[in-house]
Amino acid sequence: MKILVCISKTPDTTSRIAFTENNTRFDEAGVQWIINPYDEWYALVRAIELKEKDPATTIHLVSVGGADCEPIIRKALALGGDEAFRIDIVSDDSYTVARQIAALCDREKYDIVFTGKEAIDSNNASLGGMIAEIYPAEYVSLATQFTLTPEGCSVTREVEGGEETISCALPAVISCQKGMAEQRIPNMRGIMGARTKPLHVVAAEAVTPLTTITRYELPAAKAGVKLVSADNVAELVRLLHEEAKVI
Amino acid sequence: MSVLIIADLQEGHLKKSNAEIISYGNEIARISGTSAGVLVLGNCSDNLSTLGAYGASQVYQVADANLQAVNPSVYVSVIAAVIEQIGADVIVFSNNPSSKSVAPGLSARLGAGLVSGAIGVPDLSNGFSVRKTVFSGKAFAEVSINTAKKIITLNPNSVSIPFVAKETVVTNLSISVPASTRKVTAVNKIEGEVPLTEADIVISGGRGLKGPENWGVLLDLAKVLKAGTACSRPVGDAHWRPHHEHVGQTGVQIAPNLYIALGISGAIQHLAGVNRSKVIVVINKDPEAPFFKAADYGIVGDLFEVVPQLTAAIQQLHAEG
Ligand SMILES: Cc1cc2nc3c(=O)[nH]c(=O)nc-3n(C[C@H](O)[C@H](O)[C@H](O)COP(=O)(O)OP(=O)(O)OC[C@H]3O[C@@H](n4cnc5c(N)ncnc54)[C@H](O)[C@@H]3O)c2cc1C
Repeated sequence: MKILVCISKTPDTTSRIAFTENNTRFDEAGVQWIINPYDEWYALVRAIELKEKDPATTIHLVSVGGADCEPIIRKALALGGDEAFRIDIVSDDSYTVARQIAALCDREKYDIVFTGKEAIDSNNASLGGMIAEIYPAEYVSLATQFTLTPEGCSVTREVEGGEETISCALPAVISCQKGMAEQRIPNMRGIMGARTKPLHVVAAEAVTPLTTITRYELPAAKAGVKLVSADNVAELVRLLHEEAKVI
Repeated sequence: MSVLIIADLQEGHLKKSNAEIISYGNEIARISGTSAGVLVLGNCSDNLSTLGAYGASQVYQVADANLQAVNPSVYVSVIAAVIEQIGADVIVFSNNPSSKSVAPGLSARLGAGLVSGAIGVPDLSNGFSVRKTVFSGKAFAEVSINTAKKIITLNPNSVSIPFVAKETVVTNLSISVPASTRKVTAVNKIEGEVPLTEADIVISGGRGLKGPENWGVLLDLAKVLKAGTACSRPVGDAHWRPHHEHVGQTGVQIAPNLYIALGISGAIQHLAGVNRSKVIVVINKDPEAPFFKAADYGIVGDLFEVVPQLTAAIQQLHAEG
């Protein structure tokens, strides 16, 4: 079994979000970078669990980005994974990124590709579906459980108002979210071992981006809260009914 | 540049979200001087001409039983074949678990730029630019689609465009549906619940509720307001509530008309998921809770005392009609 886990570098969830260059670039000053939580907590850990069950499993990691991705790739290798690839291109176009990873899939012939359900910075939730179409492979989005079966795999995924379970063949691309696995912390042995694991830097394919981010904007600040006394709950109901008109 | 709106169906029924995506698609057609059609995939037990109430004049249907379940590669093939037959340039979906399965693959298949999680009508003044949320609701981005074909998935409750009822023509398309070995083996629906992303009103509880046994006060309020229910991450992590209720940066992102937060401190990761709500009400016993800074209305007080009174006052409002 050969597994690929896609890892993306995102700002820490407490980062101050600000923009520079006339609101065209994210301001990276003072930002702490982390592995996108869905990639780390669910995609990577589920892959590690599968390898713990079947040691013949190979786990590769891939991150598409510049050299500044390497610290998070090393951190991911400290959690688990045998070797990593960094595909050397910086792009905010999901299709450009998907083409790079699909090209790696084509060379390495993965049985399973795990991604997070979305990156917490771009919120596109589209990488996995694009990789699956190009590779090609089955695609299951928003997975909360994953098990291997003789036919391929059985995957439980979120649907509106509940969950459904799907059985499909491999290769498959699975976008992972809460439920897939329990978050882990790297141990000392993992951290030491990660230093010597191979991290290959691969040249990117030339792709014409389908989309471009032209400008960012921060939400307008709230006008300020209107406080109502706890002894006068009826006043809140009146405000919501007559002023805000939401009930 | 004609527009194709992919109708939102669940178990063969038309969903409420169709009103929003149809008016949105019609608006794109209007500003670009073209027409819009609606595509229904699979069999539908509702009368399709009811879509006319939302302004759909042309409805296409591929009535094939193999389309009842959303199978990404099959849906991509069928939608691509429909587009080839009727010639659409802009494809509109509602952003939800089904479109998340299909739109990215369709984008790659057609080489069509995708904006997922759009929150506004495209700006055509300089190309084709669509606004979406980024950084999990902490910012917006204008995304320019550079390709002739374009795909947009619209976040629910994002635009309010008035719709004019139209006479509907339903055309059946004959498209061959590719075979697939993929199967849905189990479905587990939570009965009687308002889906979070569709709810007009959401009542959300945090650690301030102290334990799952205390959720009654929240559920009573949700019941009188016909509201969806949500929770903060620690509440989901502790299994006090099912994890699909967890809202925030690493949970569901919602934009209801009214969000009422009970015993939630308002951490930055929580706010990211709810700050597009039109009106936010915070009930918290700590006047320093950060959530008050993001709120429109607030009560500083013990939720166990305030919330039952709130529920009673709303019941009284309804009784007075
Ligand atoms: C990477 C990362 C991602 C995260 N993602 C999310 C996310 O998506 N969503 C999310 O919610 N959190 C997320 N968090 C966690 C977040 O930082 C906060 O820890 C969490 O939101 C706090 O939950 P809470 O408000 O329920 O609990 P607390 O912060 O413990 O707040 C409880 C509140 O209840 C009030 N209270 C107590 N008793 C009463 C009473 N009787 N009446 C009225 N008020 C009362 C208190 O004053 C307090 O303000 C994330 C954290 C990290 C590090």
